[in-house]
Amino acid sequence: MKLASLRDITLRDVGTEARLLLIGIPVFIWTMIPIYHMFVFAISPKEDAFSGKLWPTHPTLHNFHIVFYQQHYFLRDFWIQFWNSLVIAVSVGALTLLIATFAAFSISRLRVPGGRWVMNLALFTYFIPAAFLAVPMYRTMGNYGLLNSHWALILAMVTIASPYAIWVLKQASDKLPVELDEAAVMDGATALQIFRLVYIPLMMPSLVAIGTYAVLLAWNEYLYAFLLLSNDKEITLPVALGNFLSADDSPWELLMTTGFIYALPPAAIYYAFKRYMVGGLTAGAVKS
Amino acid sequence: MAITLSASDMPSAPLAARLTTPQVWGIVMVTPYLLVFLAFVVYPVGYGLWLARAPANYVALYHDPIFARAAVNTLIFLVIGINIKMLIALFLSGFFVQQRAWIKWLSVLFILPWAVPSIPTILSVRFMLNPEWGMVNQLIFKFTGEDGPNWLNDPAVALTMAIGVHIWKSLPFWTLILMTGRLAISQDLFEAAEVDGANWWQKFRFITWPSMQTLYITCTLLSMIWTLGDFNSVYLLTGGGPADLTHVLATLGIRYLRLDQLSLAMASIVCALPLVAPLIYFMMKRLSR
Repeated sequence: MKLASLRDITLRDVGTEARLLLIGIPVFIWTMIPIYHMFVFAISPKEDAFSGKLWPTHPTLHNFHIVFYQQHYFLRDFWIQFWNSLVIAVSVGALTLLIATFAAFSISRLRVPGGRWVMNLALFTYFIPAAFLAVPMYRTMGNYGLLNSHWALILAMVTIASPYAIWVLKQASDKLPVELDEAAVMDGATALQIFRLVYIPLMMPSLVAIGTYAVLLAWNEYLYAFLLLSNDKEITLPVALGNFLSADDSPWELLMTTGFIYALPPAAIYYAFKRYMVGGLTAGAVKS
Repeated sequence: MAITLSASDMPSAPLAARLTTPQVWGIVMVTPYLLVFLAFVVYPVGYGLWLARAPANYVALYHDPIFARAAVNTLIFLVIGINIKMLIALFLSGFFVQQRAWIKWLSVLFILPWAVPSIPTILSVRFMLNPEWGMVNQLIFKFTGEDGPNWLNDPAVALTMAIGVHIWKSLPFWTLILMTGRLAISQDLFEAAEVDGANWWQKFRFITWPSMQTLYITCTLLSMIWTLGDFNSVYLLTGGGPADLTHVLATLGIRYLRLDQLSLAMASIVCALPLVAPLIYFMMKRLSR
């Protein structure tokens, strides 16, 4: 009796496990195929790259060597473009943090008149599809004389990143107790002192999340970068990757190698800051 | 606002004197964002709408078969693509909340498509599907001895692939969001249902779904708004081809822009407004509480 029920339980467990595997294995394959394909190209010599092998006969790091030493026509500005991507991403992160933290502090803690309106305007901007805003943005940057300058992309990305940043930071700062500010005011603190000494330290986790969000958004951006920048020395890495496509004899293995290098920093940053990202962003992304 | 106030309500002092010091600081600190908003949202949007004002633009769009095709493609993308994606995400969120060590590891890998930039991965898929040298057709040839299909040369297949790429990219994010929704449900409810002998469908129907439906619908609408602006999935995979048959509104606007037809580009976006406006209105109401 006891034995039979035990066997029933294990049989049921095996069944459940098998069903979970039946979901898990396709999910794994589906997720990894494009990434694995990119990786195989990156470690394949040119003659292996087009033979459709699932694993190259002679895996090599030679492609990375070519990219790092810029030994190909398409890659002659690789490091400059890498640097451009980096500078733009970091600038967007810093500017977004500055603007969004000021705005969130002002709306949530200082209760600036009309703060609710500002919040709603920001939310509205957040919901404009990015590709739609890109069209008038392109023309606007032309009117401002900023086309082909890094500032065009930085300012455009700050515009896109800050609404969500303000919203998440406002949600987070609404949760800080009012008594904190009151106590600081009693001690004679000015608004700026509260901001610097009380607000910033308490908001650190959200600030890390938002900074990371803005940096990744700017690093990953293709459309705006490709519209606003065109000079080979000014473009960012994704635009350079896109330019590979314009030629018929594109060296795929080098394109995939460059793409792999380009994809590594954001993936690393994402996993390093995962606990902030998941807590700070997904909770804020959809409030139900 | 001030006009509706009676004289007795209005302090006679000038505006600056009525504001407390914190409020002055508040105005100073909110100004940078307002400047960005004015310079890079209000001005472009206003200017764009002004460019799109001529009715001739809409006549031209009406006579452009590419526009009609793009509008239909966008609807297919949104209505079919997004709903399939969200249903899979709902299903997978139930899978990923299972307590297993290997599922935990799988969830770390599963997030990769979301964590890496879209350009290299979409181009990777594009190469994979190349009819001559792509890995897919090479394998088909190896196993069947026949040439595989010319994947991206058939508009229906190409659009399906673009939707597939979009799903691949954004499925992890929505699964993660729906997972947080599932984890917020009290475990007691499921245990009680277990005791009452409820099967998995009844548990889903009477416990999971009622507590998640608001979140699910919000996610679906938000995803639709964002997908309207998804330029990469189509542009990088098919480039709008073959013969401009796989454009969506996001890529069509940019196509007109590249052809130096800015007012046509804006007009095509204005045509999408009836679709976007209700979605934005709904999301604003939901999130601005």
